[in-house]
Amino acid sequence: MVEFKMPSLGADMKAGTLIEWRVGEGDYVEKGDVIAEVETEKGAIEIEVFEEGQVTKLISKPGESLPVGTVMAVIGSGVDSEAEAISKRDRETVVAADGVKTEHKGNGYKTAETEDIPKRRVRSSPLARRLAEEYGIDISEVQGSGPNQAVQKADVERVYRERMKEREEAKKEADKDREEEKYAEKAAPAGQQVDEKKDSMRHAIAAAMSRSNREIPHYYLQKQINFERAQQWLIEENKRRSVQDRLLQPVLLVKAVAQALTDVPALNGFWINDRYQPGESIHIGFAISLRTGGLVIPAIHDADLKSIDEIMQSMKDLSDRARTGKLRSSELTDATITITNLGDRGVDLVHGVIYPPQLALVGFGRVEERPWAENGMLGIKPILTTTLAADHRATDGRQGAQFLEKLNQYLQEVELL
Amino acid sequence: MEAKVKTTSTTYRGAVRQAIRQALLDDERVFIMGEDVGMYGGCFAVTKGLIDEFGPDRVRDTPLSESSFVGAGIGAALTGMRPIVEIMTVNFSMLALDQILNTAATLLHMSGGQFNVPLVIRTTSGGGKQLAAQHSHALEGWYAHIPGIKVLSPATMEDAYGMLKPALEDPDPVFIFENSLLYNSTGELLSHPESVDIDKAKIRREGRDITIITYSISLLKSLEAAKELAKEGIEVEVIDLRTLRPLDDDTYLQSIAKTHRALIVDEGWRSGSISSEIATRIMENAFYELDWPVQRICREEVPIPYAKHLEEAALPQTKQIIEKVKEMVNAHG
Repeated sequence: MVEFKMPSLGADMKAGTLIEWRVGEGDYVEKGDVIAEVETEKGAIEIEVFEEGQVTKLISKPGESLPVGTVMAVIGSGVDSEAEAISKRDRETVVAADGVKTEHKGNGYKTAETEDIPKRRVRSSPLARRLAEEYGIDISEVQGSGPNQAVQKADVERVYRERMKEREEAKKEADKDREEEKYAEKAAPAGQQVDEKKDSMRHAIAAAMSRSNREIPHYYLQKQINFERAQQWLIEENKRRSVQDRLLQPVLLVKAVAQALTDVPALNGFWINDRYQPGESIHIGFAISLRTGGLVIPAIHDADLKSIDEIMQSMKDLSDRARTGKLRSSELTDATITITNLGDRGVDLVHGVIYPPQLALVGFGRVEERPWAENGMLGIKPILTTTLAADHRATDGRQGAQFLEKLNQYLQEVELL
Repeated sequence: MEAKVKTTSTTYRGAVRQAIRQALLDDERVFIMGEDVGMYGGCFAVTKGLIDEFGPDRVRDTPLSESSFVGAGIGAALTGMRPIVEIMTVNFSMLALDQILNTAATLLHMSGGQFNVPLVIRTTSGGGKQLAAQHSHALEGWYAHIPGIKVLSPATMEDAYGMLKPALEDPDPVFIFENSLLYNSTGELLSHPESVDIDKAKIRREGRDITIITYSISLLKSLEAAKELAKEGIEVEVIDLRTLRPLDDDTYLQSIAKTHRALIVDEGWRSGSISSEIATRIMENAFYELDWPVQRICREEVPIPYAKHLEEAALPQTKQIIEKVKEMVNAHG
C-alpha cells in the first residue's frame, strides 16, 4: 500500500487544486504514468506517479484545493490499509492547514520516489524519534549531528524552531499580501479583472526570488567565449540535416553545461538544511519565458547522458508543453541547476538569481561579433558572454572559475559533445 | 529563624562505629560478631573500643570460618536476636555463600513464611589498595542478584551511620557493603544523626545535561568528575543508588527523563552486572527518553593486578568519567 500525496512542485508551493484524475479506481499504474492534473501557481501540471500497482482509492475530488502532503489516492491493495491511509490523511491535512510548511529535499517527489528503493534507515536517538513525531516532522528530513550522523533531540528541535520561524514569516508575508491586495483593489479601476493565474505565478516567482536574494550569498563570474567554432559546426551540421532535425544553438549550451558539471560536480545540487547536497543526476533547468508573462523552468533530465539530438528533442517538447501548460511534475521540481539564455532577447550578459535550493545559475548573453585578440592577432569573432551566479556557501570562486573554463573547452570542441 | 544544624566532623569509619554503638545501646538483642572484631578492634578498626564498653558477649570474636559464623548469625536471628555479622572482606564471603544464598535468603520461602531471618551482614568491598586479584573484589552486584536479601552500599557519612538502624529493623537479611577506601574519608555528620530511608536512591548533585548512576566509592569519583565538568559548563546529575537490591528505579528514570543521557559508573565487572541490570531497565522503561545510547564505566574484565599503575588502569577513574561525559554531551559541537 502506497499513499499518493500532493507533491511539492517547488519550495514555495503550499497547495494545489486537483483538476482531474487521469486514472480511475482499479486502474493499474506504473512508474512515470500521469495520474492527475493539478492546477498550481505554475499552471496546470501533469502529476506523475512513482509507484507501481493498482489504484485502490481516489480520495481527493476534482476542484479540491489540497495542501502539499495531503494523501490524494491509495495505490496497492488491501482494504485495511485504505482506512489507515484516510485517517492519516486527515491528520496530515490538519498539520498542513496549520501552516507548518513541509520541507523537501529538493523536491517533494524525491521522498516518494525513494520509497521504491529500500528506504534509507535514519539513525536517530529514540528521543529524537519521539519528538519528531510530536512535532510532526519527518525525521528523514532532519540532518543528524550525533555519532554517524544520528539525529538527536537538538537536531529535531533546530528544525522545529526553523519551521516555526518560517511559519511566522509566512504569516507575516500573508498579512502583508492581504494589505497590499486591499490597496490594489482600491487602486485598480473598477471592472478591470486581474488575471488570477498570471498573478499567482508572479507571486511564486516573487517568493522564490526574494528567498534567493535573502538567503543565498551569490558570487558572479563572467567569461567571454569565442563561439566561432561552435557556430561553424552548427552551420555545417545543420546543412546535412533535414529542416525538422536542425539543431538550435541553446542545445550546445545545455550539453556543454551538463558536460562541464561532470567535471565540477560541486555546482550541481542543492543547499538544504545548511548543508551541500550533491545532485544525484544532472538535470538542467531551462528557463522558458511565457508569452503570457512569467516563466517556467522545466528540467532536461540526465542531460549529461543524453545525446545532442535527444536534448534537442527534450527542449522542443518542453517548450511546447510549457506554453500549453502541460508540464509534468517531475520536470518542474528536480532541476539541479538552471540555465537562462537571454541572448535571443538581445542582452549582452545576465547576472542571474539562483533558484533555491539550487547552487548555481548559468546565464548566456547574445553571440556578438567583437574584436578579439588571439596569438598576437586581432580579428573579429562571434563572442558569447557567459556568466555564472553561484552560492558562496557551497562553492568558492575557484570551482566557479573551473566550471567556466571547462564550459569554454567544451564549446571549443562541440563536435565531441 | 531556623536553628543552626549542629554537625561534627568525622570519618566514615567513625560514622559506622557510632552506628554500631548506638544499635548496641538501643537494643539488647543486637550483638556483633566476626573475625577480630573484639580484642583487635576490627581489621579496619571499625569496632575499636566496643568490646571494652559492651563486653565479649556482645562484641564477639569468631574463628576463621565464615561459613560457621554466618550460619551462627542466621541461627541467632531465627531465635530472636538481631546479630550484626562482620565478614572481613567480600572476598571471604565466598566461603559463606552457601549460608547466605541457600539459607538466609531462602528460609522465609522454604518455611512457608514461618521463619524470617533478621540478619545484618557487614563487609568491605572494592579494589585500589594493591591487594591483588584475590582481595580486590567488588561483588555488590553479585549479591544484588539474589532475591530474599537487601544489598546496601553506603558512600556518605550520613548513610554510613544511618543505614544500620533500618537494616536491623528489616525483617529479612540485609547485606551492607562498605568500601574499605572510604573508611578514612572525612565529612560532617549531624551531632544527633538519624537513620535514612534505605528504599530510595538519592540525587547527590543536580544537573541537566547527563545522569550518572553510581554507588559506593564510584560516587565520590563521579562527584569529583561532575565538579570538574561544571567548570566547562556541563551540568551532571549524579545519582547515588545507595541500595542495589531492591533498586529504586524511579529516581534514575526520572532523572533520565530530564537529561536524556545516562552513564553508569560501577566498580564491578561489566558482564552480567548491576550496571547491565540498570542499563536494561532504562531500555525497558525510558527508551523514548534516550538521546544517546546508555554507557557504562566498569572495572576491566581481568583479575585485578597488583602493580599500582595496572590496578589504577583496571578500575574506573575520575578522568575516564570526565572524558566519557564529554563524549556524550558534546555531540553537537
